[in-house]
Amino acid sequence: MAAAGQPVLRLSGVSKAYPANGGQSVQALRSVSLEVGRREFVSLVGPSGCGKSTLLGLIAGLEEPTEGAIEIASDSDGSPGQVAYMPQRDLLLPWRSLLDNATLGAEVGGGDRAAARKRAQSLLPAFGLEGFADALPHTLSGGMRQRAALLRTVLLDREILLLDEPFGALDALTRAALQEWLLEIWERLEAAVLFVTHDVEEALWLSDRVYVMTRRPGSIQLDLPVGLPRPRTRAVRGTPAFAALKQRLLDALLADTA
Amino acid sequence: MNTHRVARIAPALGVLAVLIGAWELVTRLAAVPEWLLPSPTVIVVEFVESLPQLAPHTARTLLEAAIGYGAALLLAFLVAALIDQSGLARRALSPLLVTSQTIPIFALAPLLAIWFGFGITPKILIVALACFFPIAVSLAGGLRNADPDMQALVRSMGGSRRQVFSKVKLPSAIPSLLSGMKIAASYSVIAAVIGEWVGASQGLGLYMLRASSSFQTARVFAVIAVIAVLSVALFLAVDVVGRWIAPWIYVRTEEAQT
Repeated sequence: MAAAGQPVLRLSGVSKAYPANGGQSVQALRSVSLEVGRREFVSLVGPSGCGKSTLLGLIAGLEEPTEGAIEIASDSDGSPGQVAYMPQRDLLLPWRSLLDNATLGAEVGGGDRAAARKRAQSLLPAFGLEGFADALPHTLSGGMRQRAALLRTVLLDREILLLDEPFGALDALTRAALQEWLLEIWERLEAAVLFVTHDVEEALWLSDRVYVMTRRPGSIQLDLPVGLPRPRTRAVRGTPAFAALKQRLLDALLADTA
Repeated sequence: MNTHRVARIAPALGVLAVLIGAWELVTRLAAVPEWLLPSPTVIVVEFVESLPQLAPHTARTLLEAAIGYGAALLLAFLVAALIDQSGLARRALSPLLVTSQTIPIFALAPLLAIWFGFGITPKILIVALACFFPIAVSLAGGLRNADPDMQALVRSMGGSRRQVFSKVKLPSAIPSLLSGMKIAASYSVIAAVIGEWVGASQGLGLYMLRASSSFQTARVFAVIAVIAVLSVALFLAVDVVGRWIAPWIYVRTEEAQT
């Protein structure tokens, strides 16, 4: 089940090597090809250190691939600012209020700041942040900070969201609540999501498709369509179909580790 | 909170009171001549009596300190920004900046008097020199240590170099800048006084020299007290301004205390 229609993101044969000591270079990614369709939710799982974050950095335009091409719908000159990138840490600027953090993108992009603030205000309730517009980040809980960072990402108004382990640092309970909440938010958005995680269940439960990466140098070893009906409830996790998919993902990951 | 703070400084105030009491007692019991070591009460009386003369001298010294400090701040900002933005400037200036801190700036005072005479200029210059290095070094360090991930976030939004500087680096450097500014503030008054020792028509340094050459020891002590109080007051003023413009800095330390 490839991306429906024209993909919004396509990577063809993307490799990345970093220069290392002694003229040798370290290969971080080897010939990664993948596609993300319009409004599709795609996860990228793999062992830690396999280059998942590097891959997102390349798509976000922070670094140049050594080889291969990254095509982003509409524009594709590879410059930063075409996708909405949410790094692993929330990276809320500690000197800015929640609202000023959320509208950072409009400010940097030279957009209409008043309109951006208005829109951010109107989204606060959906993000569980109502009444915290003027709060400084250090006064917020971990879950709130993560939601604020996602609000900042959503407000960039891009067709593709790159989320790098957004719930990695949270406790299990907060994490489960935020996963459900993310699905609700995504169903209302017009955006595709490329979601990096090392949590197999999280990937399956959220995604339309899951790519499994190999160990470093990272490459794609499996493209698994999930095919579970939406909207999904927590109960889906208990079904045999879910268990079978999970087994396939784990088999692929463990086969690579052995 | 306020009683908390009082309780914290109470032991130090107690020690100070004991020392001053002992001083008073020794000078009285041993009948130490006033020109050698006046008692604290004599110094206080002298301070009150010479207040009409002290005031204009203090004003003059403060003016020199303020102009020199402002000039140092401006220059330090330019140099630190240059070091941050240009690799060549960093390699050329950083080592000099660090090693220059070992030069005894105050030893330059006679030289500045030869070059610039006995007006206000050499005093402003010596204050500016004394204040420039701590501010420049701390600001340059603060800019260098700004979180690279936060910078990458702004770049991923399509932010320019200048935006990365103004939205991430500069605010990140404020805590470090403030500590440099506090050190510089406590240097500024004594720098002006030393400039005045070399030759001046007005100022606390001149007033102090005159008193000392006529063995008015109580007056010398009164001037020393004024210099000490001014230095501490300026240090605290920077701290208060810092808390006001950058409240987020103090969060972690205060949380650690409670």
